[in-house]
Amino acid sequence: MKSRSFWLKILSATVLFGAWQIAGMIPVSYAFPTFFESMAALVRMAGDGTLFQAYVETLRPLVIGVAISAVFGIGLGLWIGLSSRFDWLFSPIFIVMQAAPLAALIPLLVMAYGIGLTSKVFVVCIMAMPVIVLNTAGAVRNTPTSLKEMGRSFLASDAEIILKIIIPAASPVIFSGLRLGISAGFIGAILAELKITPTGVGDIITYSRSIADYPAMYAAIFSIILLAVLFLNLLERLEVYLFEGNVRGYASD
Amino acid sequence: MVMPQIKEVVGPDDTPAADNAVVARGISKNYGDVEALKNLTLEFPRGQLTSLLGPSGCGKTTLLKIIAGLLEPSAGEIEVNGKPVTGPGPDRAFVFQDFALLPWANVLRNVSFALELRGVPKSEREAIAEKYIGDVGLAGFELKFPHQLSGGMRQRVGLARALSVDADVLLMDEPFSAVDEQTRRKFQEDLLGLVQNENKTFIFVTHSIEEAVYVSDQIAILLPRPSRVSEIIRPTGLRNKDVDNIRRDPEYLDIVDSIWASLRSYVE
Ligand SMILES: Nc1ncnc2c1ncn2[C@@H]1O[C@H](COP(=O)(O)OP(=O)(O)O)[C@@H](O)[C@H]1O
Ligand SMILES: [Mg+2]
Repeated sequence: MKSRSFWLKILSATVLFGAWQIAGMIPVSYAFPTFFESMAALVRMAGDGTLFQAYVETLRPLVIGVAISAVFGIGLGLWIGLSSRFDWLFSPIFIVMQAAPLAALIPLLVMAYGIGLTSKVFVVCIMAMPVIVLNTAGAVRNTPTSLKEMGRSFLASDAEIILKIIIPAASPVIFSGLRLGISAGFIGAILAELKITPTGVGDIITYSRSIADYPAMYAAIFSIILLAVLFLNLLERLEVYLFEGNVRGYASD
Repeated sequence: MVMPQIKEVVGPDDTPAADNAVVARGISKNYGDVEALKNLTLEFPRGQLTSLLGPSGCGKTTLLKIIAGLLEPSAGEIEVNGKPVTGPGPDRAFVFQDFALLPWANVLRNVSFALELRGVPKSEREAIAEKYIGDVGLAGFELKFPHQLSGGMRQRVGLARALSVDADVLLMDEPFSAVDEQTRRKFQEDLLGLVQNENKTFIFVTHSIEEAVYVSDQIAILLPRPSRVSEIIRPTGLRNKDVDNIRRDPEYLDIVDSIWASLRSYVE
């Protein structure tokens, strides 16, 4: 079962990279390098430390922003899900935030917070937070009534009902919100580096494009996607570790 | 108010009427303008099993949840062991129709969950849970998750959890309705054993006439529109009979028939 999904992943990666290689060899555009050229650039940049330095820059707003979004997003989502008044007050804000075109907001952020770390963290949060909040709130609202009644009938306090019943019951949907939120956070972090000031990975992308070093540009883009995938896999591990029966239960029922 | 008429099916009642574990007095419950219960009065003798029997929608679950303290009645009062009910308490334990198990917790944690909520230390509560897991016949399944169990086994987990807190009163809301027929028969036999061996009062909701007659010391027939207890039946004669022969007993068949006669007009 596990090895089957592993081989499927390998297969889909091979198909994807093969298509990339062929598209680069045709080539579809003079600015589109082959897979192997891009990997060579990736190895070169990893070797001389460029990539490492870039990620130190890029990961800072990303990690801060994702951490803030996760903590406040889940907290706020819980609150909204538990209280209909907060739902009424806050839900519209996050629905608007989710729909807002981020690129249009960036100039406002820069005016308010300058071109430093703060603005970039904001961009990550704006991208990551809404889906985390809305998923958490929805999941909390949909906790099965009979589980809550079970808790109450066996004398659980309100805090125990939240911690031992509502949060674990909501965790699959909270985690899927986290996954979507973190993916969006990655997009936000790169977008901030492209639109505010070119630093880190965004700088590699901008700079290598300006000198027509397309393999380096694609290598940088590839590396960020790879990092996002690795991170999401890690998150999945955490979920299985925390709520083992939940994960399998929802998968097979 | 419609007074329940008490019909003695077999001989005089040999238990003195005095000792009731639970008393419902003048209970009414409205959901908006739906009258789920209207001025219902009913006594539940200690150490016996009382069934609430009636067509769906007549307020059985509502009454059970009011007794559990999960719902507030619009009027009237519940007394458990002589004290008025204001909310859930350690003297009552609930067995849920849909089992209400935590899907992320294994059997051991699910069974010990009620004790966990009462602050019993881990090693102690797991020892108690082990005992009841064995009692309901699930030894060896401690580390399984609910989705790995059949419906019948899940309800055994729910039953073990309710037994683990050693409450005086066990409230069971159609506990066997979601399990298959064979398992249900086994459950019914086990329930008879439980009533005899444990010194507990059972309040058992069912919509099955046969099930009610098979397991009950007292059957309260609830009817809708307006909701009320229409009849109380005590199949006392059956309780001394061998469990294997009850279903063939003429008394059993007579009682089933007479209950069907009074219910049939409410079934469209
Ligand atoms: N939460 C609720 N809100 C509104 N009406 C309800 C609610 N719960 C039950 N009812 C109504 O009250 C009546 C009795 O319900 P219930 O106690 O569940 O009956 P039973 O368990 O006998 O099937 C039904 O007509 C049902 O529709
Ligand atoms: Mg019901």
